[in-house]
Amino acid sequence: MVLDSLHARLVAEAEREGLLDVAYRTVDSPFGPLLVAATPRGLVRIAFEVEDHDVVLSGLAGALSPRVLRAPAQLDDIARQLDEYFGGQRRTFDVSVDLQLARGFRRAVLDRLRAIPYGSTQSYAAVAAAAGNARAVRAAASACSHNPVPIVVPCHRVVRSDGTIGQYLAGPAAKQLLLSMESA
Amino acid sequence: MTLRPFEEVVNEHGPMVTRVCRALLPASEVDDAWSETFLAALRAYPRLRPNSNVAGWLATIAHRKAIDILRDRRPAASEVPDLPVVDPDLADLALGPALAELPEKQRAAVVYRYLADLSYRDVAALLSCTEAAARRSAADGVAKLRRLHKEGVF
Repeated sequence: MVLDSLHARLVAEAEREGLLDVAYRTVDSPFGPLLVAATPRGLVRIAFEVEDHDVVLSGLAGALSPRVLRAPAQLDDIARQLDEYFGGQRRTFDVSVDLQLARGFRRAVLDRLRAIPYGSTQSYAAVAAAAGNARAVRAAASACSHNPVPIVVPCHRVVRSDGTIGQYLAGPAAKQLLLSMESA
Repeated sequence: MTLRPFEEVVNEHGPMVTRVCRALLPASEVDDAWSETFLAALRAYPRLRPNSNVAGWLATIAHRKAIDILRDRRPAASEVPDLPVVDPDLADLALGPALAELPEKQRAAVVYRYLADLSYRDVAALLSCTEAAARRSAADGVAKLRRLHKEGVF
């Protein structure tokens, strides 16, 4: 282990020199700790515990940059917003999002999701149509299940046309919990 | 194979870099040297070949940073030295003034072998010499340190 003060100094200097390519921290949630990671362009990844945070961080090092550092202070703002959201005191996130981990149609789907308001839902079919391909319902569902920034990009608000809840990376129960919380 | 997140490198090798800096420098310079070492390493990290010996690479950077600091601040270095840390472990002694007395190759061999805990094979690679020569340099360095210790240099 490294002294906190030395570590914090390294992170601050790295940020000043433009070397903090990926900053991360964990944030508590009703479904256990979330890994929250950001590039200088914005929030790039939120990962549930079931995804194994170490595996996710290794993936980010490979996909984005190995300059990955734990930087709690640099992510205070998004941590606070998530706290408020889980506490029912926040309905929208005021944070820039970096969706570079999603490409093509998946990216087009995710770009639509932030427009679905708090407390409401849309069907996979409607999202597919909005993203420009009404027949690509399965691809739209796949885009949601591979959402690199769940919660903030609200894939939990996309449900099946028959009204059933559909899949969620953290499990259907987590999805139900978010929807119930938002409709309370 | 890809490079690990730099955070893992800091956590795994941070204490070793502290040992190297502490042995080579007065206590007041250790934090600066540590920070400069990891900042320089972070800058170069994406270009490191994935199978590189990361400990050896960091030890080399730390050693160079320490030498730079000593060179830049020579007038200050001759002031009253910091009290040595009281610990029987070689790694925790304030060896700075004594190590500075060693010829460059012996000092590097001692630092890499005994403070960074690298194998003689790795030390040899860093010093561009044979393993036998690396062993000899480290042994000569330690012998000289013993002599200096007896003479009360540290």
